Amino acid sequence: MTYMIGDWELVIGLEVHAQVTSQAKLFSGAATAFGASPNSQVSFIDAGFPGMLPSINAECVAQAVRTGLGLNAQINLWSRFDRKNYFYADLPQGYQISQFAHPIVGTGEIEITLDDGTKKTIGITRLHLEQDAGKSQHDQHPSKSFIDLNRSGVALMEIVSEPDMRSPEEAGAYVAKLRQILRYLGTCDGNMDEGSMRADVNVSVRKPGEGFRTRCEIKNVNSVKFVMQAVEVEARRQIDVWESGEEVHQETRLFDTARGVTRSMRSKEDAHDYRYFPDPDLPPLVLDAGWVEQLKASLPELPDARRARYVAMGLTPYDAHVLTLDRETAVFFETMACGRDAKLAANWLTGDYFAALNRLKRDIADPPVSAEHMGELLDLIADKTLSGTIAKQVFEHMLSGEGAPAAIVEARGLKQVTDTGAIEAAIRAVMEANADKLAEYRSGKEKLFGFFVGQVMKAMAGKGNPAAVNELLKAMLAG
Amino acid sequence: MRPTDLSLAQARLALDARQISARELTQAYLDAIAALNPRLNAYITVTAEAALTAADAADQKLAAGQGGPLEGIPLGIKDLFCTAGTRTTAASRILGDFTPPYESTITRQLLRDGAVFLGKLNLDEFAMGSSNATSAFGPVENPWSRRNDPDTRLVPGGSSGGSAAAVAARLALGATATDTGGSIRQPAAFCGVAGIKPTYGRCSRFGVVAFASSLDQAGPIARDVMDCAVLLRSMSGFDPQDSTSVDMAVPDFAAAVGRGVRGMRIGIPREYRMAGMPAEIEALWQQGIAWLRDAGASIVDVSLPHTKYALPTYYIVAPAEASSNLARYDGVRFGARVPGADLTELYEKTRAAGFGAEVQRRIMIGTYVLSAGYYDAYYLKAQQVRTLIKRDFDLAWAQCDALLTPATPSAAFGLDEKQDDPVAMYLNDIFTVTANLAGLPGMAVPAGLDGQGLPLGLQIIGQPFDEEGVFAVAGAVERAAGFSARPGVIA
Repeated sequence: MTYMIGDWELVIGLEVHAQVTSQAKLFSGAATAFGASPNSQVSFIDAGFPGMLPSINAECVAQAVRTGLGLNAQINLWSRFDRKNYFYADLPQGYQISQFAHPIVGTGEIEITLDDGTKKTIGITRLHLEQDAGKSQHDQHPSKSFIDLNRSGVALMEIVSEPDMRSPEEAGAYVAKLRQILRYLGTCDGNMDEGSMRADVNVSVRKPGEGFRTRCEIKNVNSVKFVMQAVEVEARRQIDVWESGEEVHQETRLFDTARGVTRSMRSKEDAHDYRYFPDPDLPPLVLDAGWVEQLKASLPELPDARRARYVAMGLTPYDAHVLTLDRETAVFFETMACGRDAKLAANWLTGDYFAALNRLKRDIADPPVSAEHMGELLDLIADKTLSGTIAKQVFEHMLSGEGAPAAIVEARGLKQVTDTGAIEAAIRAVMEANADKLAEYRSGKEKLFGFFVGQVMKAMAGKGNPAAVNELLKAMLAG
Repeated sequence: MRPTDLSLAQARLALDARQISARELTQAYLDAIAALNPRLNAYITVTAEAALTAADAADQKLAAGQGGPLEGIPLGIKDLFCTAGTRTTAASRILGDFTPPYESTITRQLLRDGAVFLGKLNLDEFAMGSSNATSAFGPVENPWSRRNDPDTRLVPGGSSGGSAAAVAARLALGATATDTGGSIRQPAAFCGVAGIKPTYGRCSRFGVVAFASSLDQAGPIARDVMDCAVLLRSMSGFDPQDSTSVDMAVPDFAAAVGRGVRGMRIGIPREYRMAGMPAEIEALWQQGIAWLRDAGASIVDVSLPHTKYALPTYYIVAPAEASSNLARYDGVRFGARVPGADLTELYEKTRAAGFGAEVQRRIMIGTYVLSAGYYDAYYLKAQQVRTLIKRDFDLAWAQCDALLTPATPSAAFGLDEKQDDPVAMYLNDIFTVTANLAGLPGMAVPAGLDGQGLPLGLQIIGQPFDEEGVFAVAGAVERAAGFSARPGVIA
């Protein structure tokens, strides 16, 4: 089942930069909201003014630790910030504060599931905290570059994988799974189109059984789809190079999404000498083991555990998978199913409710009907107030904003009749009005049973409990 | 008695007693600056109007009996401290007319306590130097001169040359200063005044232009030990904006000045007795030992075996940090800019024009020692040696409570001397860098005159966060020395 291009095997490792969800930047109090006007979220620290010093934001540290715990990774109680020195106009300090030698999180792992159901474990090498740089805009003016420092100093987690992936699908599944975990943890919003998550993709190819060949790094790939495409086109490019008898050179490349090719950005020879050294403005980051334990205890349930729990509740593996894809759906489901028939809840959610979301172009994070109301609807079905058919009608009224299902049932008189007296009265009336059909039935034409059911339901405006109607009708028709 | 004759502590009492107004005191210093600064060049910027306004505000507080510990005290501020609304230069062309919109923590605390700022004091560019000759605003002249050679202008020491010269010539009642390898203690000694570099972490570095972050520490230069104690108390304290500042209570340093040294063990580090040390320095040191013994201290011979590596270690660590700290002066966001055809040319032209030769030299040294392939041999090795130097002190503290050493290997030298020989210049720091490398408090106290009538200082090095012990020893040395000589140029 190995993915091959010709007789070549792919080797893929990923470095994912995930923006930490936090109110303030890593070393300053400036805000971090996306989409603010240029240079409106910049403190003197972020702008590298004279005499300014960094002081670490504890929430960013907590988020990194939570992420590490969510990746089943080793949390390093002692870590250190280093300076990565280089000059660029959007790097105000002239260095990026990062963790080079001693990251806050060590080795961990992620389990991915492929389309055919096979599972694979991808190793995590490390996770470290670092500052983002600002943004240069070179297309705003013929001779000038514009600099926006809003991102300068924003906390990033760089999550580095082992070179464990062997196909575009595995790389895509890894990024998707990592994003799912980060979103469950609430440590990164995972919005790749807004730049809060981006991947550097390391690709090399080899013949099976060989050691690693030279790799190339494709920078800043910003969607799962592009990660998969970039892996494939870069692997094919490298295979062409090797097969033409030449050598792949280690370099940094860019993925041109429009043309579907990778292009050289800079070669190893042009690489900066970053002159890393421990940042003397920041003492080592020392974590209290008890504090880490507290974070661990307060960690939300992660998708794999949740899925297993749903299967144990009686859901199909497919439903369990769909309902755990993102945390909002799972939370909605659990609110809706709380104390109720989970299977029924799952059917309603993945059926009528998802269909309604699609139809209305709404999102579960912005639901047209609340999970509480959906739960109440299930209650009305369970206590036989509503038949399945009427419940669908009630749901449509709920979607049009008519409020709680009980109120809709009341206002519209949609209550299912289970009072046998009322049903018997309706049956008698139908039998009297259709004496000829009754005679035919009693003489053996049992096909007419359906006709009587229809007449009784019609007489009761659809509100008769179908089971009770069936039962009583059968008895009374028999005489 | 003229207003400028009062020490800080005396002036504060006189202000409270309304024997003098803050405005009179401030005006007296502004007059002195107007008269002598054209010669001494101690101030880069004088903020006369703002000083008088602040003095008037101080007078109102004093009249209401609400004066702070430094109410109405005229101070000079080393031009490395960012002062909101007042140009801050670091004595470099590269900062241009940079006027910070923010106040350093230390100057904010001094203002909180009622101080009046007279202006910004000259220094070596980015605090890199031992003679104040690297300033883009010209050298500072030492108000002292040689008895037999009065026409040779002498350096005030550096980098806080403006601070020391201003206090010695009475152009300020006290001054802020910073010390990365001796920049408070060496100029204090050269100018016959007192100065203390407290323990690393005692004073916030927030808002102080950085030279070498792991070594930089601010402190006061003042006329005597008591005045230093009063100023240091206002300057000290934990600051959440400086992650390296330490959350410890600030003691009443002034109370320690008169405490005496009876029962204290004073260590004499044998490695500080260098070959070729001038006899006058050795004699002064012996005199200091005798004074402390007479005052009831016991004298202990101690060894700091890695002392000989201190200077080379310092001249790797400090430039390495500086090369990174000074990267932000790139002409992009503030300060001077020389245009270029592209970004790289803008950087090159701006930094070539903006930085002086000594700053460029240190940036190059620092960049070199951090480079791939050299890091282990230089920077990493230097940090290892630094650990050994710290350990030397830790071991010495088992035997003694404080150390007594000379402050400098010589008295002040001529403005034209040593300027072409960086290594000879670097040797000025030989007795002082160890305290920076180990993060210890160190104080220079004027203790005598050399044969030319120039002041010489003794240094007291204390245990971490035991500034009180340092003040106790310094107070004893000061009382025994009875140093009363005054420079030729004085208000």
